[in-house]
Amino acid sequence: MNPVTEFAIEAHDIVKTFNDGKFTALGGVSLQVPRGEVFGLLGPNGSGKTTMVRILSTILAPTSGSATVNGHDVFKESDKVRKSIGFAGQFAAVDENLTGFENMRMVGLLNHLDKKFVEQRAHELLASFGLTDAANRRARTYSGGMRRRLDLAAALVASPPILFLDEPTTGLDPQSRQELWNIIENLVESGTTVLLTTQYLEEADRLAKQLVVLDKGKIIAQGTSSELKAQLGNTVLVLTFQSPTDATKGAEIIKDISSKTLNIEGTVVEMTIDKGPSSAADALRRLDASGIELSGLIMREPSLDDVFLNLTGHKAEEVSPSAPTKGRRTRKVRS
Amino acid sequence: MTMTTPVSTRSAFRWAISDVLVLAQRNLIALLRTPVALVFSIIQPIMFVVLFRYVFGGAIHTGTNYVNFLIPGILVQTTIFGSVSTAIGLAEDLQKGLIERFRALPMARMAVLAGRTISDLSRNVLVLVVITSVGFLVGFRPGGGIVAYIQASLLMLSFAYALSWGFAFIGLAAPTSEAAQAMTFPLIFPITFASAIFVPVQTMPTWLQGFATNQPVSVTAEAVRGLMLGTPHGSTSYVSLLWALGAVVILGPLAVRKFRQAIK
Repeated sequence: MNPVTEFAIEAHDIVKTFNDGKFTALGGVSLQVPRGEVFGLLGPNGSGKTTMVRILSTILAPTSGSATVNGHDVFKESDKVRKSIGFAGQFAAVDENLTGFENMRMVGLLNHLDKKFVEQRAHELLASFGLTDAANRRARTYSGGMRRRLDLAAALVASPPILFLDEPTTGLDPQSRQELWNIIENLVESGTTVLLTTQYLEEADRLAKQLVVLDKGKIIAQGTSSELKAQLGNTVLVLTFQSPTDATKGAEIIKDISSKTLNIEGTVVEMTIDKGPSSAADALRRLDASGIELSGLIMREPSLDDVFLNLTGHKAEEVSPSAPTKGRRTRKVRS
Repeated sequence: MTMTTPVSTRSAFRWAISDVLVLAQRNLIALLRTPVALVFSIIQPIMFVVLFRYVFGGAIHTGTNYVNFLIPGILVQTTIFGSVSTAIGLAEDLQKGLIERFRALPMARMAVLAGRTISDLSRNVLVLVVITSVGFLVGFRPGGGIVAYIQASLLMLSFAYALSWGFAFIGLAAPTSEAAQAMTFPLIFPITFASAIFVPVQTMPTWLQGFATNQPVSVTAEAVRGLMLGTPHGSTSYVSLLWALGAVVILGPLAVRKFRQAIK
């Protein structure tokens, strides 16, 4: 029934403006999501990732651009697209007055599936998501993690080949987050394609094979998470000073060792360095010569947090500032 | 996916009906499981009955037995108030992300609105039966006969149903369900009180009489009263039906359009 296409999702130059063009949520975003893997849309609040997912899942019409999902045109064949996708939004959209089972049943019937099949499938999914005991309790009584699992289970009731997850673990405790990650990994193992948005770099790093980094409605980087890290250099030098004043002074002394952004937070200075040990030794010699004492030193692999900081000049958890503070550089990465 | 999913064989139209029923059922379950809301929607009109029958009623002169004047009016007011819940319910679904979820499902587009308005209509039927019974307890004796009584009930239910499409629009435009409720209040307050629901409009100042006589709620109240009591009511029942029809024709598409734009 479904045309076999190389990519599960292809989007070309998607633009979305609000308020009669006064606000641009997406300024021309193109994506190619291969089948059977997790593709991550990474970015802070307001970067446009939710808008992108809503457009691809037919919830929202774009201002311009084209896209196919499972080989179907998102705008001309939206009903076929809806039959190919599961969608779990930011809010864990469960009906609190219905039980877990009734929620599943409702979504299954609205997917136009056979009633008996829906009921059987609902029990299976509730069981595999650890919700059997809570199946006949109202969702109002569920914890945040249980709601998310129910929401995800409901998105899977029609066994869609493509799944959209908009910030699936926002607001969850570490254990629930871990559980949800395991569920997503199992789904991908069984062949599902997942397009996931997140503002947690750890999550993108753990789950997504390929990543697109969005900032203010534009793609600022894309590639695998190791590609993104590789172009940053190999090592991050983390220096802890005895006072914030020392940290500021020290940063001034060592900042030209690396061309990458340097970040000061209190007494801690983080710097991505190109040449590992020799750059680190250089930094230490300079600090020693100037008489500033260190209280700690760590060298570590760069995280996606570092990538984000280098690309945007601000951290991922912060809302994009209207004017970049410092060292803003936009890089092109091979896709 | 290797798993086979049974594919539908029903026609699009039959599936649309099924979608509406699934959602209406869901709303009614929610209503039954929040007894506080249900009780409140019944207690409020009972309080109006008691208030106007025993507190204000003695001072209101209608030329007839006031309780017979009052109950048809209260029924119209109650069904209109009932249709406000359409706004609150939709605003809540929007706020909780349910409408977002529904829009990504291969269901009929209009089912969310139709399901909501139909479940609110069912609730209105229930409230109407309860308030009619309360009316009988406090001395309401309609003389129009059972057929006319049913006609009157259908007339006010149609009118309230038509209005619920306008409230659907408000619910989808409001940022929260609390805001939706606040936004409906300045609308329903004047149309239910500056009307022939509680008092004959002849007692109002002249500048208000023109509005109070001809506005659709008064027209509906006059028609319902006339039918229930078996008294002459001119063409009011037809005019009321026309108002209802006009409201659906104008407010229906507005609500549907708002539904399409509701998510940003």
